[in-house]
Amino acid sequence: MTDTTMTWSSLAPAVPEICLVTAICAILLIDVFAGEKRRGLTATLTLLAIALSAALTVQYAHVTQRALLFDGMYVADELSFVLKLAGFLVVATALLYSRAYLENHNILRGEYYVLALTALLGIFVLVSANSLLTVYLGVELLALSVYAMVAFDRDSGISAEAAIKYFVLGAIASGALLYGMSLIYGLTGTLDLSEIAVRLSAPSSLGVTMGLVFIVVAVAFKLGAVPFHMWLPDVYEGAPTSVTLFIGTVPKLAYFALALRLLAQGLAGMSVEWTQMLAPLAVLTLVIGNVLAIVQTNLKRMLAYSTIANVGFIVLGFVAGTADGYAAALYYTLVYVLVALGSFGVILLASRKGFEADQLDDYRGLYQRDPLLAFAMMLLMFSTAGVPPLVGFWAKLRIFQALWETHHLWLVIIAAAMSVVGAYYYLRVIKLMYFDDPVGQQPPASTPGGVRVALGLNAAAVLALGVLPQPLLNLCARLIH
Amino acid sequence: MHGLLSILIWLPVGTGVVMLLLGDRNVAAVRWLALLGSLGTLALAVPLWDSFNSTTAALQFTESLAWIPRFNAYYALGVDGISMPLIVLTAFMTVPVVIAGWSVIEQRPAQYFAAFLIMEGLMIGVFSASDALLFYFFWEAMLIPMFLIIGIWGGPRRVYATIKFFLYTFLGSVFMLAALIYMYVKGGSYSIAGLQALPLTLIEQRWIFVAFLLAFAVKVPMWPVHTWLPDAHVEAPTGGSVILAAIMLKMGGYGFLRFSLPITPDASRELDLLVISLSLIAVVYIGLVALVQQDMKKLIAYSSIAHMGFVTLGTFVVYEILRRTGSVQGAAMGMDGAMVQMVSHGLISGALFLCVGVLYDRMHSRQIADYGGVINPMPVFAAFMVLFALANAGLPGTSGFVGEFLVIIASFRASFWYSFLAAVTLVLGAAYTLWLVKRVVFGPVTSPRVAALEDLNPREFLVLGALALAVLLVGVWPAPLLKVMQPTIHHLVSQAIATKV
Repeated sequence: MTDTTMTWSSLAPAVPEICLVTAICAILLIDVFAGEKRRGLTATLTLLAIALSAALTVQYAHVTQRALLFDGMYVADELSFVLKLAGFLVVATALLYSRAYLENHNILRGEYYVLALTALLGIFVLVSANSLLTVYLGVELLALSVYAMVAFDRDSGISAEAAIKYFVLGAIASGALLYGMSLIYGLTGTLDLSEIAVRLSAPSSLGVTMGLVFIVVAVAFKLGAVPFHMWLPDVYEGAPTSVTLFIGTVPKLAYFALALRLLAQGLAGMSVEWTQMLAPLAVLTLVIGNVLAIVQTNLKRMLAYSTIANVGFIVLGFVAGTADGYAAALYYTLVYVLVALGSFGVILLASRKGFEADQLDDYRGLYQRDPLLAFAMMLLMFSTAGVPPLVGFWAKLRIFQALWETHHLWLVIIAAAMSVVGAYYYLRVIKLMYFDDPVGQQPPASTPGGVRVALGLNAAAVLALGVLPQPLLNLCARLIH
Repeated sequence: MHGLLSILIWLPVGTGVVMLLLGDRNVAAVRWLALLGSLGTLALAVPLWDSFNSTTAALQFTESLAWIPRFNAYYALGVDGISMPLIVLTAFMTVPVVIAGWSVIEQRPAQYFAAFLIMEGLMIGVFSASDALLFYFFWEAMLIPMFLIIGIWGGPRRVYATIKFFLYTFLGSVFMLAALIYMYVKGGSYSIAGLQALPLTLIEQRWIFVAFLLAFAVKVPMWPVHTWLPDAHVEAPTGGSVILAAIMLKMGGYGFLRFSLPITPDASRELDLLVISLSLIAVVYIGLVALVQQDMKKLIAYSSIAHMGFVTLGTFVVYEILRRTGSVQGAAMGMDGAMVQMVSHGLISGALFLCVGVLYDRMHSRQIADYGGVINPMPVFAAFMVLFALANAGLPGTSGFVGEFLVIIASFRASFWYSFLAAVTLVLGAAYTLWLVKRVVFGPVTSPRVAALEDLNPREFLVLGALALAVLLVGVWPAPLLKVMQPTIHHLVSQAIATKV
């Protein structure tokens, strides 16, 4: 870290962040001058900026070797590269799905796009964090943007309530994270994650374990693991659906990275301790998430509990505590994000002006009204249930495999049983769409063709990656090893 | 012919996808396409039977492509003497399903036929996969079209029935998946031959055996996990019932033969009495349950469970025969019987469900009490119905006799009581099927609606006639079928009696 002189070429790995900051400033300014009439301009510009940033990232920021920047605060490796590209893609798709919804709810404002981009910036910082400070910076940048997005529909009481809940509980979690970090810092004397890993390889003291407990709590809160999941259903239900789509997808990439960088890399020496802490959390998460999802009548809330259940599987990957387990968790996260993107996208596309389409009953007979949407949703639901030939099957298979490799017989049995419980409520959505008759006369949603094509591609990807899973499986394994 | 199995799998699947894309705009085209697709598959099944080498137990028509090198999983296909007849049966039974639904299905016909053709391909995939991961892939994927078939085109309680069906099967299957992954982690391969050769301790075998038992017992179905079947059968449309009874149930029996016995031989030997007792309960108790049914489809559904009891009995009685007599030849006879019973039950139960479908299409009732004297307005139909009923009761000269007879003879070598209890079913089976025929077909015409019934149209005649021919052919001359299976069954017995510990 002696080399403090910075050249432009040495900054190349940070191209995604640089592009994003530039785009945020530009879009914020342009939006101010574009005025109320040309709101569509901001939306289009944002998508263009994301596409351009992604292209520049591929061009300049592709690293094959682990590179440290900014005095070791920032790490760029292939994992961060791929997660950032995934972040670009997911945010772009999410914004594409949301456009009509925002217009219908009169919340198509430039700030929405700027906040989405700052949240993405937070995700990037988190993904590339190599110091406790950077981790915290990323977590807060992401969280603050997202709090504002949840409250974006100012006139909606339920959104405001959700935002307050999220903010208060999130602040407590941040406090826990900070406190845990301070203990680790105090006992190791360094903020650098690589350095912490070295210093904590010896048997640890009680203080370090204390710090670890707080960090595990914060990570569990961010992921939405039981018993730190209370905020999740309320926020998912209360936020405008476009925001639910946003917070239900991209941040999961960041929180996976958070768990990986903090626990699996920084605190690798204490993996025995934290796997013991995570195992009961994972079991609770699986059971509570799946069981409570059954009784929901609101689709957004049901998908929130389904998220919790899926987080249980991701945490199980970490419980395995091996490189193969982390690769399984990464694969599960990517698959989950892809499927959640589609599922919430369906809700957005099924909604219209004055009709939220967030109740399960709104999906009765959807097949007769909109076959494409219903077919896409069916594929997505079967995928989350883990039925081949869809990609969700391989995600579950990877987790089972990682658990067998580490001889977790009971976890396998519980996870297998819980995936059957989960299948029930996914089937119920299909039942409503395909087996029931529509109630009342609802005009078909009028979504632009391009967006429908995007959703179709999203669902097709779920099928294609399910039939030929090798490329993504290989990629995940390579990124972790 | 190279790639024959792949064509058999993907031709119907591809046809189904094309039909989905065509949609309901041109119903006639869709119907003909469905018929062409299913007939084409059947035509391709002929060379499969024809050029099958019945002197070896090795896999034939093998194909292998790297599918997921990361898991050492291959797109590996191949057939032997137990899977080949089941593939031919699948290809054969889909044609009557398509013809039977020809003009009956008015709601979303394109999706209906597409679902059956996709099912056909996936089912052939199950029987021809020689890689356990590929097997599981097809095994589970098959649930999706069946779930939709029962749920969309089924009867009044279709939703309950189809969700019950899906969850039951899914529950059994996930534990099988867990067992397969465990063996992969241990042995590094999903190839079925590799799993069969994998050394496993007795404790491991017990766990794996139980996982397999869960998956296959639900599918067969064995008492006490059979309760989904009567519901699914009653609510499913005729075609769905036919495929369920004729093919899907066979997958449970096939799974026992392909996975349980060779992979966990020691646990199978140790726990054989468990399976034998469950089979005998199915044969006797479910036979009694069938007697009291008021609904024709439910009666045939229970009869299916009782008849599938013979399959599991014939499979597991092998160990008892060896324990008592040491005769490998005698043990093989039990398995022969199980296999013939599977093929025969596929034909007979399918035919019986089609008969009920013929009546249901006309009267929209499955209640036995609504019928009576059907022979008067429908003499030709009555002849077919009586033939299939007698075959179901195990009349010599029909396929139903061969399988049951072989299993009973074989189980006699194991214990007098097994064969006694199994033989009880001949009496019970005759009682419930003949009583069904008496109440529905014979007697005076009970209502004006029955009197107004029209006899079989050419389409229905063709379907039932073809099945009747097949039932009689297997019944009178089972030798070709037995010959095809023989080397494989001998190999299987040697695998089943070997010890892995």
